[in-house]
Formats: sequence, structure tokens, C-alpha cells
Amino acid sequence: MSEAANMNGSGEVLLEVRDLKMHFPITRGILIQRQVGSIRAVDGLDFDLIKGETLGLVGESGCGKSTTGRAILQLHRPTEGSVRFEGVELTETSGPDLRQMRRRMQMIFQDPYASLNPRMTVGSIVGEPLDVHQLGSSKTDRQERVRELLEIVGLNPYFVNRYPHEFSGGQRQRIGVARALAVNPSFIVCDEPISALDVSIQAQVINLLEDLQRELQLTYLFIAHDLSVVRHISDRIAVMYLGKIVELAERTELYENPRHPYTEALLSAVPVPDPVVEAKRQRIILEGDVPNPASPPTGCNFSTRCPKAMDRCFQEEPEFRDVGNGHYAACFLNEE
Amino acid sequence: MSKTLLNVRDLETKFFTQDGVVHAVNGISYHVDEGETVAIVGESGSGKSVGVMSLIRLIASPPGKIVNGSVVFDGQELMDLAEEDLRHIRGNRIAMIFQDPMTSLNPVLTIGRQITESLELHMSMNRSQSRERAIELLELVGIPAAASRLDDYPHQFSGGMRQRVMIAMGLSCNPQLLIADEPTTALDVTIQAQIIDLVDRLRKELGMAIIWITHDLGVVAGMAERVIVMYSGFIIEAATVNDLYAQPHHPYTLGLLRSIPRLDEAHRERLVPIDGLPPDLLDEPSHCPFAPRCEFVIEKCWQENPPLETVADDHLSACWRDISEIRLELEAGPAGGAA
Repeated sequence: MSEAANMNGSGEVLLEVRDLKMHFPITRGILIQRQVGSIRAVDGLDFDLIKGETLGLVGESGCGKSTTGRAILQLHRPTEGSVRFEGVELTETSGPDLRQMRRRMQMIFQDPYASLNPRMTVGSIVGEPLDVHQLGSSKTDRQERVRELLEIVGLNPYFVNRYPHEFSGGQRQRIGVARALAVNPSFIVCDEPISALDVSIQAQVINLLEDLQRELQLTYLFIAHDLSVVRHISDRIAVMYLGKIVELAERTELYENPRHPYTEALLSAVPVPDPVVEAKRQRIILEGDVPNPASPPTGCNFSTRCPKAMDRCFQEEPEFRDVGNGHYAACFLNEE
Repeated sequence: MSKTLLNVRDLETKFFTQDGVVHAVNGISYHVDEGETVAIVGESGSGKSVGVMSLIRLIASPPGKIVNGSVVFDGQELMDLAEEDLRHIRGNRIAMIFQDPMTSLNPVLTIGRQITESLELHMSMNRSQSRERAIELLELVGIPAAASRLDDYPHQFSGGMRQRVMIAMGLSCNPQLLIADEPTTALDVTIQAQIIDLVDRLRKELGMAIIWITHDLGVVAGMAERVIVMYSGFIIEAATVNDLYAQPHHPYTLGLLRSIPRLDEAHRERLVPIDGLPPDLLDEPSHCPFAPRCEFVIEKCWQENPPLETVADDHLSACWRDISEIRLELEAGPAGGAA
């Protein structure tokens, strides 16, 4: 599947993911643990990230989208595959070298309540990455930088000595963004950054992320389950199902011309806030639930729920391939 | 016009806490007709859940207290009813399904036992009758091999299946009114579509009325007939679903609709967020609750809270400003200021 290289055809590739697999062992036994199986959370991903773009990663809970983000940043060590970031193979990097690389890639977490240490002030939360990476040469430098960061994310710099509980959800998420920006990264994994926020606050954070991307030339991997939000913020979108990317395309192309039955069903299931449009929409209701990732079905992963499944889908696995203009899909229906 | 099933007048619920009085619901009035789907929309802390919990007096007291109001259900005043009599209505003629199917089922009882419990209590069925009815109900909500799953425990079901079980429990006594409190929020979109489809089908088949509480304006558009928008414990706008989306009158509703990205947006437009923070419910409401965040605020908004008044047919809004002026301002000015 090397043809997946340079999927966009234009722009400089910042991150190259090839055949990425992340399997978690299932063990049995108390004293002597033996592996009896594995959860295939991520099972062979190929994609590129172009410098300055936002790649949206959507899928339902348990499809492996967060694990993908973590495996890229080496927070989980991948079972197999290659992750090249700015030309460096991350899976073979460790120790101080990896820490060096981590300056270039950061993460924003979903839960702004759990991802900030309640006993640390905002100043020390945002300043900690500076200490870890020995940036900020003096104390005043560091303070100056922290104030600047708070200003960038739209928080009052006077808040440096406050604690997380004194802030609302949206403000906490801004603190999380400031912390990620502290070390001047070029790449940020945003793992469901707005899911825990109120509707009227979500737009504030989305706009902030968009502004920062433009000003600081950031590249985002934007992980979310809300397709409307992902379509809004992303340049290209990858759809995941049970540990695999089933489709990847430019945002409008994916919406107007989906080439995988799962994407079609997913798009049709997302409600549109307009009763006139809703009344006309045809909803594809999928039967059943997502299979267990410890024992995925043979053949195509989606075959058990696919309304268009053919005999072949239960035996062979469709290849994830280009169906035209950088639009990738893994479905036999595209073969004729 | 169909018959009014539920009539709520001036319902007011407060919580008396150590930090002060939380003004959760501040005098809301609305009605639900027989067989109708009404959606109550609001963000967290808008009082939407407390508002419906108060209907059937499911408010922990202390600290909560329903301080005022009348709730007439099918000709009967619920506020004066003895606890004993109310229990015959709850779970029977008014059923409720909750947001989180993981925590609202009892983990140590089988699914079958949890469904048959209310059947035996309210419908005075015996064991075998109630078991049979439970199987019917599980089949109705689309659980495969219902008879064999009756003796399974909640952890053996997936999230979507558990929500189906909750719905089956809700429907067990043929309720006239089903209150659904964010029933799909914890579920994935494809499962959400299954559940909405199911509830809508059951409503048509069984002719019950539904109050659907949600924060998702998309879900509302697809399933409700009328929409009530709540903010800070007040109803700030109420209208038929088409009117509300086509002609929103209240700046908050307008703001919400402009702040959410749409899946079918043709061009990527910058979202217009609502500035500021949600209100603190500890403050005694004196001015318009939305005034601190409103782009169109005038002097009067700070002096008096606007009443909910008719602005068009079947359309109520609580705002001092005239909507035509607001629309003019929107067209003239740059689209809102970012935070």
C-alpha cells in the first residue's frame, strides 16, 4: 500500500503513517500471565499529514481514533508499522531523542476537568512544558512567556496564579491549548477537544483553534465523533471503523460523494439543525452494534452491518485504495 | 386542536444550598397535547432537566423545593396529590427515560426483573404474565432473541441495547406521556439514529406524547413538533419547529443557530460564537438572564426581565427588542465579535 504516499499530491508531508498497528494483549492467569488474545484497537493505518492542514479523524466510540492519536505521539508504543515525523522514524526513537521530538508535537485532551492538575496554578501548568524542555532561560523569561501564551488563547494574563477549578469548561480548554502551544509545536493532536463543552462555548474553541492554525502554521490531527464539527474544521477527513480507516477524502468530496457504505450511513445519521432539510433526508439505519475488536469478523470489518454486503465481503478484505483524485476507500463496490 | 394532556403553570423550583439559593427553574409555563412531541432545548444548567423532574415531583428535598406552580396532567393536579397517589402515575401513566443507560439500570438485577417489577406493581400482573409482556416489550424495541436475553444482566448489553431496555421499561405500562431526558446523548450517531427512529415509530403506534430534552438542535429539527428553548431557568422562546428554525425571535436562539457547524454547509464560514459564560444560577434573576451575553442588549434589558409574550401564531419569545430591528442590525454590522 505504498501508493498511499503523498496522498494529497501537493504540499510537504509532515507526518507519514504506514501500516500502523496497535494491539493490546488480553492476558489470563494471576501468577503466570499468558496472552490469550489481543484487542486490535488500531489495525493497519496508512495516511499522510500535509504541513498546515487539518486532518479530521471520525468514527464511533471504540473505533480506535484516540488510540491512533496516542500511537502517533508514541504515548502507546505501536505494535507494528512506521510513524515518520519530519523525516524521523518515531517508533525507533526513545529516551532524550524522543523527548526532543515531543517538543514538536503536542496534544489537547478531551476532558478539560481531568486533564489539568487541580493542585497546580495555571501559571505552573502552562509553564511546566517550558521546564521539561529547558526553554525559558530565566524566571522572568518564563513568566513572560506564560503571560504571552495566556493572551494568545484569549485568557486574562492576571489569571496565572489561579487554580483550574476557578475556571469554566471553555476556559479550561483554553488553558489546555496554551499548555500545548508552550513549546512551539508544529503538530497538535486534538483529541475530542470540544466534546465536553456546552454548545454555545464550542464555537469559541473551534474559532480559537482555527485562528491559531493560521497564525502559527500548525498542523492538526482533529479527532472527534461529531461529523458536523469535523467537516467544519478539517481539510481532509478520515473515517475509521473498528481499527481501520475505511475512507479518506477531501471534506466536500467525502460529504458529496462518499464511496464507502459506512461513511454513507454515518453521514445520513448526523442530524442537521434545519427541520425543512431533515424532513427530506433519507436516513440509513444500520442494524446491530460494532463487533468486538478482540475478534473482528473475517473479510471486511463492516460486513456484519453493511446494507450492501455481498458474498465476497465476508471472505476477503477489501484493499484501501485510491478511487480517484486522492479519494481513498476500502470497499469492493468501487472495483467495477 | 387535540386535547391538552399536560398543562404546566408558573412552575418554580429552587435548591437551598450552603452557597445560597440556586434558582433552577423560575416560573415556566407550557403545555403538551396528546400524542405530540415537544422538545425542550437548553445548555447544561438551563433548568431543562429540573423542570421536568419537578413535574412528577422527583426533586430531592432537601435541598430542592418546588416553591410554586401547578401541573395539571389529564385533568388532575399533580402538585396537591398525595405521594402514594403520585406513585401510581409515575412509571405508569408518565414514564421517564434517562440520559445514561449505563448508570440508570440496576447492575445486580436481571433485565427481565427490572422490567417485570413495574408491571407487577402497576398492572398487577403475576410472574408469568409479566414475563410474557417483558418479552413482548423487548421485541417491540428491537432486541434480538428477546426471550433468551431476559435473564441477562445490564453489563451484558451494549450502550444502545441498554437504552432500548430503558425504553422498554418506560413503555411497559403504556404511558400517556414519555419524558426522555437526553436519551441519546451518550450514544454514537448511528445508534442515536436507531433510537430516534424507534421512539418515533412507537409514538405513532402507541399514540403517546413525548417530552424530549436535549441540547442538540439537530436532533430536535428531525423529530419534534414544537420546541421550547430554556436559558437560566426561564423559557425564552417557544414555537413550532419550522418557525423556530426559520424565524427565531430571541437573540439566544439566534446565537445558538449561528454558532453550530452544519454538516451540509456549502462553504466554510467562520462560526459566530456566543460570547461570555453561561449564567450563575445563584444570582437572583432581576434583569434579562441573557443580557450579559447579548449583542443586542439595550438599557431596558438590565432593568426588567422581559415576559414571555406571543410574537406570532404559536410563537412566544421573551425579549424587549423587536426582531425586525435585530435582523437589520445583523445585516448591517459585521457578523458578531469574536472572543
